Amino acid sequence: MEPVLEVAQVGKRYGSKEALRDVSFKAGAGKIIGLLGSNGSGKTTLMKLVAGIAAPSSGEIRICGEPVGRQSRAMTSFMPDKPMTEPWMRVKDAIAFSADFFADFDRAKAKEMLSFMGLSDRDRVSSLSKGMNERLQLTLALSRNARLYLLDEPIGGVDPVAREKILDAIVQYYSEDSCLIVSTHLVTDIERIFDEVIFVKDGRLVLHEEVEQIRMTRGRSVVDLFKEVYAE
Amino acid sequence: MTIEFDNNAPIYIQIMNYMKKQIVIGKLGPGDKIESVRDLAAELQINPNTIQRTFQELEREGIVETKRGLGRYVTEEESTIMRIKKEMAAELLDRFVGGMKELGFTGADIVALVEDAVRDDANAKGGA
Repeated sequence: MEPVLEVAQVGKRYGSKEALRDVSFKAGAGKIIGLLGSNGSGKTTLMKLVAGIAAPSSGEIRICGEPVGRQSRAMTSFMPDKPMTEPWMRVKDAIAFSADFFADFDRAKAKEMLSFMGLSDRDRVSSLSKGMNERLQLTLALSRNARLYLLDEPIGGVDPVAREKILDAIVQYYSEDSCLIVSTHLVTDIERIFDEVIFVKDGRLVLHEEVEQIRMTRGRSVVDLFKEVYAE
Repeated sequence: MTIEFDNNAPIYIQIMNYMKKQIVIGKLGPGDKIESVRDLAAELQINPNTIQRTFQELEREGIVETKRGLGRYVTEEESTIMRIKKEMAAELLDRFVGGMKELGFTGADIVALVEDAVRDDANAKGGA
């Protein structure tokens, strides 16, 4: 089967700084993949390249066989690490905005997810707590019927209750014929929802493995392996 | 359902063992319907493919049966349930006997100690 995402020898430079170097991997349908790395390792850069927000300096990225561009963006739902909503919006405006913007936005799914998340149409985006705002951003991202979902740090800086809810929603609402990539540096809480993990360190891919395989052959958790790889 | 997971060991094996135990102690009875992959994944916050694998393995061992279009059910074969019960007992015994031998007890010592322990347990319960 054709991979949903194919990243081949991708590099990215910002002036003299090399943010990514020779990154290659494939990601298939029905998988939840953890993109792990410490702060500044290149996770967000990689997400942006795949989302088509920035262009790689070298290499190639394809989504369902299409090079990154207008067509690939129509199949890719990206939840950036900074909110995409405006402070004047109410929740219903944010939903309407996304529904206008993305042809694959599923209003029925959004409605269901809002009630699951405990969000109301009338809530003002500017008055939402960090945790509630993350729930809204996730609702916006997962309500699209995309092939590839990119969630950049969805659980960063939120309280444990919101974190639980976000993990619940990811497991419950992702679709089996799509691929979901979640970047995070908080491994402990989230490692059990992954099929595979990718470790990025200093702009390079250092490991790409099935999570149960790590537990089986190495007899250790992803978080332990993470600590070893990122030890300073 | 709550399971304390150990992230250092394969998760699907931990869920398998948990479900086997539920069946052996009767929390899940013969012919009972099992939750869907998605529901169980959400409840336990586990990757759905891991749950899928758990169910496949349980099916392979004849503990769970799929009825097309209806879902998954616990087997109604009493002999299969007895078999799991014996397997779980054998595992416990293995670990126990191994531990006792490490402490330097011989076979006869172990049997005598177990007899005492079982008698004490019965008396404690009878006296209460």
